[in-house]
Amino acid sequence: MKINKFLLAIMLSAAVAVVSCKPKDADVKAAVEKSISANAALAGVVVDVKDGVATLSGQIKDEADRAAAAALVKGIKGVKSVTDNITVAPVITNIPVVSATDEAISAGLRDLTKDLSTVKYAVKDGVLTLTGEISKLKNVAFTQAYMALKPVKVERTGLIVK
Amino acid sequence: MALQDKYKQLTDAALAAGITDLNVVEQGGVLYVDGTAPSGAVKDQLWDIFGQIDPNFATGDLILNVNVSTAAAVTKVKVTTDSSNLNIRKGPGTDQPIVGKAAHGEVITLVSQSNAQWWLVRTDDGEEGYAFTQYLTPEG
Repeated sequence: MKINKFLLAIMLSAAVAVVSCKPKDADVKAAVEKSISANAALAGVVVDVKDGVATLSGQIKDEADRAAAAALVKGIKGVKSVTDNITVAPVITNIPVVSATDEAISAGLRDLTKDLSTVKYAVKDGVLTLTGEISKLKNVAFTQAYMALKPVKVERTGLIVK
Repeated sequence: MALQDKYKQLTDAALAAGITDLNVVEQGGVLYVDGTAPSGAVKDQLWDIFGQIDPNFATGDLILNVNVSTAAAVTKVKVTTDSSNLNIRKGPGTDQPIVGKAAHGEVITLVSQSNAQWWLVRTDDGEEGYAFTQYLTPEG
């Protein structure tokens, strides 16, 4: 009987331990969410806590915010470690384009057309006008090259691709 | 906005492929897409998409300017002229004096890509100068 009582005590304490573990993760999760919500830059971060390991996911604006989130969560009581699965949102900027001067565009075209005698060009106010003809094969490299010269616009309806 | 829709597949692909400093802006009926590709393959992929949307790039409503990151560690380039030798010049421009030549098909060392049109190269004979990027293809 004595042994049985002893076993019962162990089982009970084990059950208490298991039960007490669960609210603990939930408490930590709540604490983490609270501190994250205090920082507007971390609005996209999603938290999950399991056995004291905080897993962060979701998407935020830049790497600095991501590092800040990991550092913030690491310092919260009850967090043993942080698994960082946050992704940084790809960035597209919309900065107005500064086009090159007519002289720079012309100089580039002079070099480009050196071996393309069938292509004629004119540059005025940043607008590059192309006429003549070019092979389909050479058109790709040629187009890549003249676009890198930063013209304002290209008029090439007069350029036949054969 | 219409142009951004027309070329949405291209800008989406640019984002997915990890183009950094992607800039997309529409000005005066032209869409300008600028950025830096992590590799030559990504640049080629974007140009393939461009060619599918606008065959032969004939419309002229998109100016795509994607450079390959200089961190892509290209050190050897192959001379891909049609058949002739490639002139190596003292400075960047066809008005510059010729200081050497590289044979068609020859693999030479790339020294610097600081100029987009003219790369600084060195042949195995030690001739160093600028060669037109159009006729150089990165190796490996």
